[in-house]
Amino acid sequence: MEIVFLAFILMLSIFLGFELINKVPATLHTPLMSGSNAISGITLVGALTSAGAEHAVLSTILGTIAVTMATINVIGGYMVTDRMLAMFKKKGSAK
Amino acid sequence: MGIELLVNLSYVAAAVLFIFGLKMLGSPATARKGNLVSALGMFIAVVITLLDQSIIDYKWIIAGVVVGGLIGALVARRVEMTGMPEMVALFNGFGGVASLFVGWAALYGFEATTFELITIVLSILIGGVTFSGSMVAWGKLSERISGKAMVFSGQRIFNILLIIAIIAASVMFTISTGPATSIYLYVVIGLSLLLGIMLVIPIGGADMPVVISLLNSYSGLAACAAGIAINNIILIVAGALVGASGIILTQIMCKAMNRSLSNVLFSGFSAVSAGGAAAKIEGEAKAMTAEDAYYVLEAAASVVIVPGYGMAVAQAQHVVKELQELLEKNGAEVVYAIHPVAGRMPGHMNVLLAEADVSYDLLLEMDAINPRMDTFDVAIVIGANDVVNPAAREMEGSPIYGMPVINVDMARNVFVMKRSMASGFAGIDNPLFFKENTRMLFGDAKEMLGNIIKAFS
Repeated sequence: MEIVFLAFILMLSIFLGFELINKVPATLHTPLMSGSNAISGITLVGALTSAGAEHAVLSTILGTIAVTMATINVIGGYMVTDRMLAMFKKKGSAK
Repeated sequence: MGIELLVNLSYVAAAVLFIFGLKMLGSPATARKGNLVSALGMFIAVVITLLDQSIIDYKWIIAGVVVGGLIGALVARRVEMTGMPEMVALFNGFGGVASLFVGWAALYGFEATTFELITIVLSILIGGVTFSGSMVAWGKLSERISGKAMVFSGQRIFNILLIIAIIAASVMFTISTGPATSIYLYVVIGLSLLLGIMLVIPIGGADMPVVISLLNSYSGLAACAAGIAINNIILIVAGALVGASGIILTQIMCKAMNRSLSNVLFSGFSAVSAGGAAAKIEGEAKAMTAEDAYYVLEAAASVVIVPGYGMAVAQAQHVVKELQELLEKNGAEVVYAIHPVAGRMPGHMNVLLAEADVSYDLLLEMDAINPRMDTFDVAIVIGANDVVNPAAREMEGSPIYGMPVINVDMARNVFVMKRSMASGFAGIDNPLFFKENTRMLFGDAKEMLGNIIKAFS
């Protein structure tokens, strides 16, 4: 039953993703990519549990590397997206 | 039970914030806020996860977060806007390797069922391909390795064998027991890294926008697979959202090049053009000086600027903006025409022009500009080549025949700024350079524009 449940969530999220992104104008494609890239750093959540659980030395090491990498992805991704989006201005708005 | 419920409820909240964030990214006016909303979702998800009862030791978590946070912040602050494509590729790779390790680490700590083993191997596989593929893409974009398509004979057969080997090793991994399991695991990791490399090396510079979008999608799918492996719903939802968005961008890029995804992935341009080369281009390219260009521009009432990767290389976006202001002061209408695959990633040109403070409502998409191209006095092509190549319309044998292009040759005058007569990344001759109404301005785009601006003042 759990498999069915996960499959449902997966399917709905994919359709939702299609709907959301289809409407994004070409101008914003780069920030969209780096922004969604930051979201994919959500692996961090999974990495936290493996780094802190102390199941085995190897899993702690793997978890710690994963935490580091995913944090780079998350922090870097959001910051750079913000930097980019701050530059998008329309004529007339203040410099 | 109480904490677990709280964790899961806050995951729902995080998912809602991600969805709203992505929705707000759909309009330039709300995009910045949207990014913050999505960041807030991430923050909630991470903080709440720290309450998880299976976490007993925080020191490694803190170490990882501090190191990763510092590196991420530093890179994000220092990267040049022109370096954005390779940075996105690099971050993609980090996301991929994180998913690989999360899947791997999930092997320890509990007895995995066969279904869980399948999901673990999937997350390792997708994570590995994302990582090594992104690293190759990063190398190509930052020109650490050749940006050309690397094709060798037997590549397709090799790749098919590789995929069969991966499937075999994955199956063996899920059904074997004891020490043999870890051997198969290492084989799967090694082969998936190899596959990532093999998938990206045959793809040339001009196709990079497709590859980056696709790898972006993979990094989401990797997170999604890791989520199924460790039974974490927020990973599944967020990963699937990103996966879907990457696939859409990939589709848009492919459509803009009139090629199917499999055509981009499996055949470099070189393979296609072997059968082409039907018509010979005749005529002579006519060069012109910056001063002559000034006289024409001074008299022009409407100008369209078509930027390409060359503008990024020359860092010419600020001079372009300067020229735009001078022309506008002179009473001319100035707009920009942006081809969907101009540059090295989707929306690359838009970001550069935004950096130079160009208003985004002046940036027109191809379909908006082409119908009225013949009303423009001057079209200035800055470092673009394939996306303005009329061969796509006129020469049936050309490898890019059928690709939608910006029809600059329809404008009354065309100025092409280019370093030399060399062909574009696709390696195709461009009949535009030999047209009656085309003039070539050879040299560095930034310098050339500077000379024209000097003539104005």
